[in-house]
Amino acid sequence: MKLSVESARKIYDDKVVLDDVDLTVDTHEVVCLIGASGSGKSTLLKAINLHVPLDGGRILLDGEEITAPGVNANQVRTRMGIVFQAFNLFPHMRVVDNITLGPRRAGGVERGAAEVSARRLLDRFGLGDKADDYPDRLSGGQQQRVAIIRALAMEPTLLLLDEITSALDPVLVGEVLSVLRELKSTGMTMVLATHEMGFARDTADRVVFLHEGRVWEEGNPAELFRAPARPETRDFLRRVTEAGRL
Amino acid sequence: MRRSRASQKRARLFLGLHEEGARGALIAFAATVVFVALMVLWIRSSSTWPAIQRQFFNPEDFAASWPKVLSGFWLNIRMFLAAQVVILALALILAMIRALRGPAFFPLRATVIGLIDIVRGIPMILLILLFGFGIPALQLRGVTRSEMFWGLAAVVLSYSAYTAEVYRAGIESVHESQRMAARSVGLTQIQALRFVIVPQAIRNVVPALLNGAISLQKDVALVFVLGIREAIREAQIYTSLTFNYTSYIAATVLFLAVSIPLARFTDWYTERDRRRKQGASS
Repeated sequence: MKLSVESARKIYDDKVVLDDVDLTVDTHEVVCLIGASGSGKSTLLKAINLHVPLDGGRILLDGEEITAPGVNANQVRTRMGIVFQAFNLFPHMRVVDNITLGPRRAGGVERGAAEVSARRLLDRFGLGDKADDYPDRLSGGQQQRVAIIRALAMEPTLLLLDEITSALDPVLVGEVLSVLRELKSTGMTMVLATHEMGFARDTADRVVFLHEGRVWEEGNPAELFRAPARPETRDFLRRVTEAGRL
Repeated sequence: MRRSRASQKRARLFLGLHEEGARGALIAFAATVVFVALMVLWIRSSSTWPAIQRQFFNPEDFAASWPKVLSGFWLNIRMFLAAQVVILALALILAMIRALRGPAFFPLRATVIGLIDIVRGIPMILLILLFGFGIPALQLRGVTRSEMFWGLAAVVLSYSAYTAEVYRAGIESVHESQRMAARSVGLTQIQALRFVIVPQAIRNVVPALLNGAISLQKDVALVFVLGIREAIREAQIYTSLTFNYTSYIAATVLFLAVSIPLARFTDWYTERDRRRKQGASS
């Protein structure tokens, strides 16, 4: 799996949200996108998942241009999973049905087999006893873990995570991050937009700082956090530190 | 004991008398008695009351017209049920087509919007007359000439246009993020609507749909203009033979016997739904 974003541009009502963004992600790599709200992190992830059409540039997945006209977006989306800040579980379905919906309807997996794999994933992440509950019975952390499992059930080669801990109570953040650490240990390729700087420093292979829709600075987390090269990066990290997030 | 208290609570809920308690219920009862008594006295003070009573509230005429009106009403019920089933399905299809996105679906969407606009713009009674008298007169091969069929088709079309808008409101009430989450696991637009959006949308509009059912239950009677012998038409026939209007009262009683329970059920369901949502969010 190799993802390349080339000169991605996105404009919303005269506001440039993505300004010639270049990004490459290699197999097994974990890349954290950091930056203030409105810096374009979330738009970039939604563009990669083809939810936001680009106004310029292109995105390639394993050399195939997925932003080309005529590409089957559904087929592309089955190869990558995305998890959102607000979980977005389907409230009218049991946990297990949330997970099996994609494999059954988009992946053509038969119901029994899909449920077996769903329950296996739930067991693996400590949610085996929640399979038959409805999402509103679960805590925020549990719901977000189910959302991650729902994305994993499609057996994606790339996982996109859009500020998945931002809506959580601080005490619940840990359980979600530990799921991500486990996924990293299995070699899952991930791109995260995150405000969890501690996690980015300890777990990411590379950190990309976005500022006003541009890639301002990127590099290995230890170096970038210790000695940011540009004043905007320094300023952002200082504010994050003051807010107690690092 | 607990059970009976629960059922009392349910009964109060049913009439919207919750929270007032026993004293409140007593006041409500007394006020109702006084109000009804005053109304009766006022109406009976009219100088033409004795004649009106003979013309509209004559027990003998009531008994004489009842069997025909009742059998006509049975037709109303059957027409209502048949029309309702078709309306719920057709309106959902129309609403789902309207909810499809992307330029490829433009012709379909435009057709549906045009159809809804036209149908909603024509008084239903006119649509019934046009369909009921017009289409059978075309004498098309293989097309039924039943006036009842075409009259009901007009009712179905008219109600479907409105009901489609109810469904649409429901579809739009489901947050955009649900659509995105559904598409993210690889579902097509139509699959996302079918498995994720529409089930939630329907839950949100059940009270509005029940309201539509109450209205439809009465409005199917409009096919009487085609000469179909449902309750109103039977009452009209009795009146034209006897010059007594009590048959209309008989029809009124029958309509109320169905619509009041439906209205109470709708209120009860809406209230229960509201409480459940509050319970879920707290």
